[in-house]
Amino acid sequence: MVFNYDRHIRHGKLPHIWCPGCTYGIVFKSLLRAVESMQIPKDHIALVSGIGCASRLPGYVDWNTLHTAHGRAIPFATGLKMARPDRKVLVVSGDGDATAIGGNHFIHACRRNIDITVIVLNNFIYGMTGGQHSPTTPVGHLATTMPFGNVDPTFNIPALAKGAGATWVGRGTAYHVPALDKLIIGAVEHKGLSVLEIINGCPTTHGRRNKFRSPTDMLLWMKETALPVSAFEKFPVEKTAGKFPIGVLYQGEGKEYSETYFAMVEHLQKKQEGRDG
Amino acid sequence: MGTLKLLQGNEACAEGALYAGCTFFAGYPITPSTEVAEYLARRLPLIGGVILQMEDEIASVGAIIGASLAGKKAMTATSGPGFSLKQENIGFGMLCEVPIVIIDVMRGGPSTGVPTGPSQSDIMQCKWGTHGDHPVICLTPAYVQEIFSETVRAFNLAERYRTPVFVAFDEIVGHMRERIEIPDKGVLPVENRRRPTCSPSEYMPFDDTQGDVPPIADFFSGYRQHITGLNHAADGFPVNASPRIHTDELRLLRKVEGNRKDIIRYETVMLEDAEIVVFGYGVSGRSGKAAVELARAEGIKAGLFRPLTIWPFPEEEVEALASRVRGIIVPELSLGQIVLEVDRCAKGRCRVDGIFRVDGDPITPDQILEKIKEV
Repeated sequence: MVFNYDRHIRHGKLPHIWCPGCTYGIVFKSLLRAVESMQIPKDHIALVSGIGCASRLPGYVDWNTLHTAHGRAIPFATGLKMARPDRKVLVVSGDGDATAIGGNHFIHACRRNIDITVIVLNNFIYGMTGGQHSPTTPVGHLATTMPFGNVDPTFNIPALAKGAGATWVGRGTAYHVPALDKLIIGAVEHKGLSVLEIINGCPTTHGRRNKFRSPTDMLLWMKETALPVSAFEKFPVEKTAGKFPIGVLYQGEGKEYSETYFAMVEHLQKKQEGRDG
Repeated sequence: MGTLKLLQGNEACAEGALYAGCTFFAGYPITPSTEVAEYLARRLPLIGGVILQMEDEIASVGAIIGASLAGKKAMTATSGPGFSLKQENIGFGMLCEVPIVIIDVMRGGPSTGVPTGPSQSDIMQCKWGTHGDHPVICLTPAYVQEIFSETVRAFNLAERYRTPVFVAFDEIVGHMRERIEIPDKGVLPVENRRRPTCSPSEYMPFDDTQGDVPPIADFFSGYRQHITGLNHAADGFPVNASPRIHTDELRLLRKVEGNRKDIIRYETVMLEDAEIVVFGYGVSGRSGKAAVELARAEGIKAGLFRPLTIWPFPEEEVEALASRVRGIIVPELSLGQIVLEVDRCAKGRCRVDGIFRVDGDPITPDQILEKIKEV
């Protein structure tokens, strides 16, 4: 069956701003399919972003959308969620937005385990500003601010999220599309802070400077380098060198923040009624 | 008759917020404003409200903007260095026309400065702290009772004009305890933002065809909308290099500048026959009042102009004063900030003198009296 995206796309707002060969369009469509399959009413979902190429995604989606300041999507989303805990709140961010300028908000949202889904589109570079190295640019790669090869160590986003207290952590890629739909559904349905890293390719400011001759090369790299987490964990270390796991990487227990907060409110109000009555 | 209480300025501020219908506070601990958060932490959960201690000052403003967009009346409170950090998202609130209230209990600076000392040196930061041109409303209460009522007014102005509003007072009145009366519900007006009456399909979040303050729809209310910190068109979507940016930013300014009479409030003391006027706000206005009384006792025709609204600046009032008095004296706990505005509006029509102090103590009535005599 052909999926009809029209229901979720804002009319007259396309074409998008992403460069030819950018993989964000793949993620965009996957997100719409996932939300449609969960049958979340459009009025019941908010999509919040910061700054960067990924942050433009909400503008194309016919939900409640909020395009905030660089790195700040999570605090705005926290305000929305605590004001309306009965609604779904999603954040779409990039590697620089989420883990550099927004890094503090990212780890604290994980610690609170508030019911927000944070989707990090990791393209390993600052794309919108023209190819500066980000906290996920591989060591040795060329970037406009690392013209002799990147010497900055990198973040492992899922490990960071898990360490900070997120109770659902996953990773997908723009190549493994059917799996990506399922991962987004898993992340959104999880009650608590979920972090889904999606490996993407930026041919314009990262790929072509780093021996990926075409956008296809970047997708092929994802195909060859990603291993399902079950296989990744089974294989001996020498076989997984240079590879990365995809799938649900971690799922834990933990009290969801808004539920805990409003349970306290209810308890206090009952206690007060008891006193007043 | 309302309820009589003995409260600190910061506590009165929290009471004012509750009176105005604030149900959402996000903040970060910082001296000398922390009591605002502590007081609300004890009260908000009891009325079903939300109190969040965020990871930093930046996040606090982000959270209250998110809450306000979902329909809540929301506030944050901070001091000097925290106020600097908040500026980024305050600009977002101004461009996206989000009603929020920001309390700044001023302390000495720059940098960590004197955390426990009073100051009035954030007053230009209120006006110019965030980048770009933007509308600014800033209220400057001087008494505990006034902190209560001006906080209520700040919420009303934020809702009426769909914009962030500052309440800036110094550490002295923030920590001073005075008797206050909290009026019964309904005594002070409490306003709510205008929400759209059109159908969701017709709604445009920045449609100014019905006036300079477009109705604001709550997130999740069926009025799906896009809000962006990029300059935007009436429908909320970004525009680049368009004449719309210019006219829209003028509209944002007009919301405040065009309603000066509604927003500007001040107290005057014995101005009618005054030859020398003390222009002071906050704690310096209190010292000014005492100095004027001392001067009158000595037969000097002195008067007081004490603004409760510092932004928009009472330009016309100062200009009118300058054309009929000999001198205006501006005491302020800075090295000379608001005196520049007074001087600008006086346009050379009278003498303008400043009294400046940043050593952590207030300007005394005697200091002002001495200057009155000199003038």
